[in-house]
Amino acid sequence: MDFNKLFQLIVAASLINNFVFTRFLGLCIFFGVSKKMETAVGMSITFTAVMVISAALSWVVFEYIMLPLDISFLKIIVFIGIIAAFVQSADTIMKKMSPSLYYKLGIYLALITTNCIILAVPLINSGEGYTFLESMAFGVGSGLGFALALIIMASIREKLELADIPAPFRGLPISFIIAGLIALAFTGFSGLITL
Amino acid sequence: MAHTHKSNWELIKNGIFSENTIFRMAISLCPSIAVTNSLKNGFFMGVSVIFVQTMVNLTVSLIRNFINPKIRIPIFMLVIAGYVSLIDMSMAAFARPVYKQIGLYIQLIVAFASIFARAEVFAVKNKIVPSIADGLGMGIGFFFAMIIISFFRELLGKGALWGVPIVSGNPLLIMILPAGGFFAVGLLMGFFNWVDIKMAERKAAQETTM
Repeated sequence: MDFNKLFQLIVAASLINNFVFTRFLGLCIFFGVSKKMETAVGMSITFTAVMVISAALSWVVFEYIMLPLDISFLKIIVFIGIIAAFVQSADTIMKKMSPSLYYKLGIYLALITTNCIILAVPLINSGEGYTFLESMAFGVGSGLGFALALIIMASIREKLELADIPAPFRGLPISFIIAGLIALAFTGFSGLITL
Repeated sequence: MAHTHKSNWELIKNGIFSENTIFRMAISLCPSIAVTNSLKNGFFMGVSVIFVQTMVNLTVSLIRNFINPKIRIPIFMLVIAGYVSLIDMSMAAFARPVYKQIGLYIQLIVAFASIFARAEVFAVKNKIVPSIADGLGMGIGFFFAMIIISFFRELLGKGALWGVPIVSGNPLLIMILPAGGFFAVGLLMGFFNWVDIKMAERKAAQETTM
């Protein structure tokens, strides 16, 4: 197994092609939950876990069921089904097994189904023809990248509460401009690794 | 749970202005930045969303009496995914160069909160014609936002529109970089808020003078 490639994939997915800042996915959640550090951390943990598991599930289904049957044109429908089913069952299992964890993270779980990054990862994996381990690495990297973005943003927005912002820009507009500045910083990572 | 009493025209306007997906509701933001680096991409994205939104509202409204409320979410998802696959494949066949750039985002229309929300909030409770009007309004509102953002970004970032150069000289490269998308949306949102505040002030001033 080529560990070098896996490591490169993780770094590339988390820093160079960061989902939030260079591919602009998951913005609804990014702006929605980055108001407080605590929720940002909770979201990041749930998000990364769901991302990796759904990437693995989708890979197995795609490789062993959809490719042999030659139905890969149905991948959008199948992937969204897998994710919705997995999130729903994780929700139910968590509620029964560990209610305390459920009260902490359950609310994020419900939000995740409609998140585009979770769906984008299996779509990209199947499009690029990644192997199982590569898909997992890509999932981990994407999750870490999203967590990084969310935590940076949350720490800035907590400080922003005290700032005197012109009235029309309060709330979302200023968050967008801050995200733009961070994105500008992230363009500095491009060219770090060439795959 | 009430049926709507608005006329179809009011429903369309509602989607374009007072409940504009991007600038007012601030949902489905991802493509507003990702595909708006040129007018052409923004245009195709907008058209796809108009189509999907209208057809989903139409279909959900048609089958609303047969859906068991307990399994409505998977059913909506299936309906949406069906239409998205349709437009995804047609674009791949007929608009190859554009599809290469925005294909991933077309596929991700499935995960659009706005489309799902309209099915859940509106189409499932209303008759077919109002549902179509609502879908059309929402779609056009989104289209409108895409066009505004991509118009500014392409004009400032490349000095061109629809790939045709208009202004010579050094364009502001930053506007077509990822960061520029965030700036453009932030500034436009700020502008719309400013207009809102001014309008409210004017209204208040009129009421006091009366």
